[in-house]
Amino acid sequence: MYELKPAQAGTLESNDIMITVAPGPIGSGVVIELESIVLAQYGQAIKKTIAGVIGEHNITDIYVKAVDRGALDCTIKARTLAALGRAGVIASKELI
Amino acid sequence: MDLRRTMLFMPGNNPGMLQNGGVFGADAIILDLEDAVAPQEKDAARLLVAQALQTVDYGDSEKVVRINTLDTFGRQDIKAIVPCRPDALLVPKVESPEDIKEAARLVAAYEQPGQTPVKLIALLETPCGIAEAYRIARADKRVVALAFGAEDYTTSLGAKRTKEGTEIFSARTMVVNSAAAAGVQSIDTPFTDVNDQDGLIADTELAKRLGFKGKLAINPRQIDDIHKVFNPTEQDIVWAERVIKAIRKAEAEGSGVASLDGKMVDAPIVARAERILYLAQLLGLAGGGLL
Repeated sequence: MYELKPAQAGTLESNDIMITVAPGPIGSGVVIELESIVLAQYGQAIKKTIAGVIGEHNITDIYVKAVDRGALDCTIKARTLAALGRAGVIASKELI
Repeated sequence: MDLRRTMLFMPGNNPGMLQNGGVFGADAIILDLEDAVAPQEKDAARLLVAQALQTVDYGDSEKVVRINTLDTFGRQDIKAIVPCRPDALLVPKVESPEDIKEAARLVAAYEQPGQTPVKLIALLETPCGIAEAYRIARADKRVVALAFGAEDYTTSLGAKRTKEGTEIFSARTMVVNSAAAAGVQSIDTPFTDVNDQDGLIADTELAKRLGFKGKLAINPRQIDDIHKVFNPTEQDIVWAERVIKAIRKAEAEGSGVASLDGKMVDAPIVARAERILYLAQLLGLAGGGLL
């Protein structure tokens, strides 16, 4: 298990999503705060995608702030992976 | 033979551009991890392009990824991108056959079982690369084309880049000749003034006259004009059909050489006519029926 450092990936441009990750208190689990232009329609799906990527890497106790500008699923996955890579919780060899 | 009249660059860290890359009708789209991506964003762009390759429908466009040079981020790019099944990699600043051999070795190492072999396109943009063009084109069987990048090249020369392109004339002819000698395609440098349509058409016509088979593009607006120049004209197709008919008639009469409008029709003329008809057929224009 790696130590999680605060990190960020993505932009606030159209079709992108900015993902910020930070360590959560012990026992807090995965907490995702989402701001999106399509929150009502796709909010749950976006959170599920982010949680899915985090779950694949057995990361617990993480706080995620996501600001979505209409990103597709593949972009959400890529930005989440990039943020986790920069946070130091995914080894570079596992990133793809 | 693959059609590469246009190869359109898409910035690799821009999701909006990447997800729409298939709608512009370019023969190939180049998802760019090199010049279009800031050094601190290379990791994010690599992940984004890897995801896009696996999920975005690029239609009939060939999927090409421009990696970074092997002495910067290129090795990481190959490792991440090759398993995502791009059609080809555009290898920048190739200066020697060894550069291509090393890229090919890495590609082979990361290809998955059963994967269609990833092709390589060598981007020549330095005087060394131009001088070694033929050996680069022959360096590995994965190489399908040589592409020319004039901006870095003229910087290395210390020459001023001009619209008429006098300063890149000899490099262009070397690229075309080397590619033809090696049996691969030649792709011309992009025309960088996206607001000068007449300049683009004139530059593309020159490239076609020199023997290039396509041109790099940096803006979707350039695609239609480049295609129009590289597409066979109706006059081309009619001529090609007459050549094929004339040679078939001569062959039926036991001769390998025919005459058309008082000019000899021999193997190189027939090959040129066949290429025109092949292109016409590929593009859904008239004239493919004789092939």
